[in-house]
Amino acid sequence: MATTTLPPGAEITLDDHGSGKPPERTPRQRQVTMPGSQAQKSETGMWVAVSAIGMSFAAFTSAMIVRQDASTDWQRFQLPHVLYLNTLILLASSVTLELSRQRIAAMPDAARHAAGSAKALLANGIYWLYLTAALGLIFVLGQLLAWRNLAAQGLFLATNPSSSFFYLFTALHAVHLLGGMGGLFYVLRKLVRSGGAGETSGLSAFSIYWHFMDLLWVYLLLLLAMRM
Amino acid sequence: MHETSASHAAHQHTAPTSFIRKHVFSLDHKVIGKQYYGLALLAVFIGMGLSWLMRLHLGWPAWPIPLLDKLSAVGAPSGVMTPEYYLSLMTMHGTIMVFFVLTNAPFAAFGNYFLPIQIGAEDMAFPRFNMMSFWTTFMAFLVMMAAFFVTDGPPISGWTAYAPLSAVGGDAGPGLKVGQTLWAISIAIFCIGSLLGALNFIATTLDLRTKGMSLARMPYCSWAWFVTSVIALLAFAVLLPACILLILDRTAGTSFFIPAGLVLSDKLQPHSGGSPLLWQHLFWFFGHPEVYIAILPSIGIVCHILPVFARKPLLGPRATVGCMIAIGFLSYMVWGHHMFVSGMNPFSATLFSVPTLFITVPATILTLLLLGSVYGAKMRFTSASLFCLGFISVFISGGISGFFLAQPSIDIYLHATYFVVAHFHFVMAVASLFGVFAGTYFWFPKMTGRMMNEALGKLHFWLTFIGVYAIFMPMHYLGLAGNVRRYSAFVDDYLIPLIPVHKFITIAALLTGAAQFIFLFNLIWSRFKGPIASENPWEATSLEWSTATPPPFDNFGGKHMVVYNGPNEYGVESRDGKDFIMQTSPEKAPAS
Ligand code: HEM
Ligand SMILES: [Cu+2]
Repeated sequence: MATTTLPPGAEITLDDHGSGKPPERTPRQRQVTMPGSQAQKSETGMWVAVSAIGMSFAAFTSAMIVRQDASTDWQRFQLPHVLYLNTLILLASSVTLELSRQRIAAMPDAARHAAGSAKALLANGIYWLYLTAALGLIFVLGQLLAWRNLAAQGLFLATNPSSSFFYLFTALHAVHLLGGMGGLFYVLRKLVRSGGAGETSGLSAFSIYWHFMDLLWVYLLLLLAMRM
Repeated sequence: MHETSASHAAHQHTAPTSFIRKHVFSLDHKVIGKQYYGLALLAVFIGMGLSWLMRLHLGWPAWPIPLLDKLSAVGAPSGVMTPEYYLSLMTMHGTIMVFFVLTNAPFAAFGNYFLPIQIGAEDMAFPRFNMMSFWTTFMAFLVMMAAFFVTDGPPISGWTAYAPLSAVGGDAGPGLKVGQTLWAISIAIFCIGSLLGALNFIATTLDLRTKGMSLARMPYCSWAWFVTSVIALLAFAVLLPACILLILDRTAGTSFFIPAGLVLSDKLQPHSGGSPLLWQHLFWFFGHPEVYIAILPSIGIVCHILPVFARKPLLGPRATVGCMIAIGFLSYMVWGHHMFVSGMNPFSATLFSVPTLFITVPATILTLLLLGSVYGAKMRFTSASLFCLGFISVFISGGISGFFLAQPSIDIYLHATYFVVAHFHFVMAVASLFGVFAGTYFWFPKMTGRMMNEALGKLHFWLTFIGVYAIFMPMHYLGLAGNVRRYSAFVDDYLIPLIPVHKFITIAALLTGAAQFIFLFNLIWSRFKGPIASENPWEATSLEWSTATPPPFDNFGGKHMVVYNGPNEYGVESRDGKDFIMQTSPEKAPAS
């Protein structure tokens, strides 16, 4: 548990979020702070953000279903096979992310035994994070391949509503994923600077986002496979 | 140990010193709240100016309006507006008012300023996002304003931007080439700003409440802002995709909303198979919740302010909050009531009609609770409390017409007439603005350190209150007489006898609008010359009144507040002989 030096005149309060109950000791609770720890805020914020993103993809989904039923011009086409490979790559990136988190979560325990082993864990965790980023990048490049495949079939954004939705879904997902990679580098920088303070680096919030992007892609793929 | 205090300090508050950091790109929620208020104020006067232009034209269609030809030589040659330009002004009026006034003022402006203070936090959960959400909204505003200055002016498709008109481009009429694209881009940007804002409100409410500030002890307007932010999060997350699809239809040649075989200006449009109804569904799935985004914060503000001046607790505190949540939830199930005449299956119409009638239940309960709370009270009549009472009045007046519109069979007759215009101006526009006025008169002392002039405030209230009834009541009659909305002149036989009513409405609108300059004057004059305000001039209980006026940079001057009571302890006897107990007062409130 971390403690801080209080500014003069500050009162000590327990971080119980006003429930009136005695505070439970969860790992992410701080002893003496202003209400709401950084990690908790960013996790809450991330859940909220993820629900908004989910909602907007739900809106796109219903638009697609309505549009397909609205008239007879919907043209089915063969999904590029590279999408399935991409899916595996993206799933693998979720695994590497979890491996990294395991390493970093084990650091405080290891530090009690030997400072050196904590350092090694941190280095290892960061290595897995880089790998996560690399897999994410490969996924996006793979999606570009899928686009080229579609273009080779003569299918462009405005060719048919089916291809419109295909480009739309894949592009929006890729943009979100690239945004997530920006977030990943931010987390990495904070991790390195703080010497592995997993709690304040936003790693857990980031992992909510990344896993969600994974799930979202699997969902989109199933949807596209059913409708194309 | 050392490490933690350093990282703690990194997100702890130290007041910025440079002008830009302090007043322009500020991270302080109080400055951001004021920025939103300023933007809404600018927008409301532009929107009002547009309504004056429209009303002048409706009353006296042949009169040239001075300088209008300078704004648009094409739209108003020699100062008389074309029917299309009337529609352009109407579109901009509705868009500016709904998005940049009714969403910004009661929710973003007051919410930013007071939500953190009311729950005892130093700032919003994510100050940087907060700054971004204001500047994103500001950019959206600039893009929207740009539509006035492109060649063929702003779009003519209304604030609801119905497709295919909004989707096809210049062949369909003026404003649909560049203006409509600017509209769609602006609204998409606005969505992003609002989503960031809603995210911040939610995380702040969930995570930053101070010790003792349980959900049950949260002031009603904090509750309203919280519920509104959940609604906004889901609603703008749907409008954004809708705008993206619209932009693609307009610029990339896709056919989401444009049907096949559409011929405009003798040109066959190169689109196939799109569904105009898809736009209506997406838009109203956002649109109906949006009207509650506009009204719920004002309901919360009124619930917050009224007990202060009634010196009585609000009746049914739990029911009040429950009704807000119920309204928020139900608002997602009723969007089809805007589409009764879209050719929908009569069974679907019933499916939308029933929840629409359900939603009147919590709305009615809320109104009755407010009325019950002032019943038998020794009201202190101030500008703020008068506007609260005015709110109840206009909310009832507008709500009642909702009951009629909710019946598909009646709505087939009333849809797209002035009856609907009367309905939503009372229940949304005027009601929400009355909440903003009440909030302004109430919180101005806290925000600026000075009191507003009460005499001018009351004058402003009475002129506005009488004025809005004079403007909007006759519109019910117009609608029942069959007067269709969105016409720029009335030349048909059955409409000609109604022209005197329109003249009357125009005069009322000009006078009521003029009365708003009293408010503006009061605002500016009091800011510099008003009497100095004390810490708690209204004897209210909530946390914003337990700190200095105006609040210091970190809201409570380094103190961490502890909350012992709900916000509702009025009409009690406190230990020091007052009739209220502060939320931060450790004395136990006697059961009342
Ligand atoms: C008592 C509950 C209410 C009921 C039953 C109700 C019902 C309706 C119905 C059926 C319509 C569609 C009329 C038509 O277009 O033909 C409508 C329009 C509208 N309502 Fe309500 N309403 C209620 C409360 C509200 C509230 C509280 C607000 C805003 C805060 C609001 C804002 C609007 C707006 C803005 C429109 C018109 C939008 C447009 O066409 O431009 N209503 N209402
Ligand atoms: Cu509605």
